[in-house]
Amino acid sequence: MTGLRYVYAVCRPFGAALEDGPAGVAGVPPRQMSHRGLIAIVSTVPEEDFAEAPLRAHLEDLEWLTATARAHQGVIDALTSVTTPLPLRLATVFRDDSGVRAMLEEREEDFHRALERLDGRVEWGVKVYAEEERKESVQEPAGDRKAVSGRDYLRQRRLRHQAHEEMRENTERFARRLHETLSGFAEDSLLHPPQNPALSKAAGRNVLNAAYLVPRSASEAFVERVDRENSGVPGVRVELTGPWAAYSFSADEGRARP
Amino acid sequence: MTTPGRLPDPYARDGGANLADILERVLDKGIVIAGDIRINLLDIELLTIKLRLVVASVERAKEMGIDWWEDDPALSSRARHRELARENTELRARLSRLEAPPVEEEGS
Repeated sequence: MTGLRYVYAVCRPFGAALEDGPAGVAGVPPRQMSHRGLIAIVSTVPEEDFAEAPLRAHLEDLEWLTATARAHQGVIDALTSVTTPLPLRLATVFRDDSGVRAMLEEREEDFHRALERLDGRVEWGVKVYAEEERKESVQEPAGDRKAVSGRDYLRQRRLRHQAHEEMRENTERFARRLHETLSGFAEDSLLHPPQNPALSKAAGRNVLNAAYLVPRSASEAFVERVDRENSGVPGVRVELTGPWAAYSFSADEGRARP
Repeated sequence: MTTPGRLPDPYARDGGANLADILERVLDKGIVIAGDIRINLLDIELLTIKLRLVVASVERAKEMGIDWWEDDPALSSRARHRELARENTELRARLSRLEAPPVEEEGS
């Protein structure tokens, strides 16, 4: 069969079919490829989309990228409900099955080590937004230049600025403390850059964007903890996403902890 | 927990993950393996992709500081200071507009 092999993830044999499976990248349902005690999750994808040149072009297309990223994540998500997958980065593509097998052999040790390390763990995403601040700055442009003298304007502006600044500090203090608390609960944590609102469509300023590695068995307690933190802090919103596959903790390099 | 966005989010079952949540994971995280099809997301394409995304809505991006993609999270306070500096500049500009018919000096 012609076509290229798109690999989503590597995992241990989990003895279940991916039933009701996700559509997969390019609409091709993924299959399991077993080799030497490892499973690669693979879709056969068309060359006209996934050979180097077209793939490169597609990656510049936000619509294509979005659909593909969601499809990729859909497969990883389905896997996460039955096993602990090692997610590969988007667009890992091989010529044929033997290329995939060669890769499994070459990285065999890394995979086993990472699978051992991550077994039974999931990733939770926690973001903190400063809400009030945004509302304020939305009001500002309409700001009343009309009614006030220069001096009054300046005074108002200064007061608003102080309140603004205070809010920032409170929010950042809250975010720091939350991150410390949650890091204490988690086995590992990682800070992602704050998100671009153009992509996230989220309201407010993203001041914390963190990922936590948590054993499945401790996840309920972790989620409850986050929920508890979410209540009663004015102007601050906490958002939880997950459970994700341990994307943020899959890479071996640079990790001090075993 | 999903925030009302302009795009419908078919990903609601994933606990309200937005596109940024997904992209930062599938593009930035996960295991890197050189496949037979050599696309270097890490060095070139990734940056290009993100730049394009920002350019697509340059106004919003400017509001929030355009360099989010290269900002180490540890540096987010640096970003905050930059924002402060920008606000300062705006204020000064506004102030000088207000003062165009010379009034007494106020503040620093």
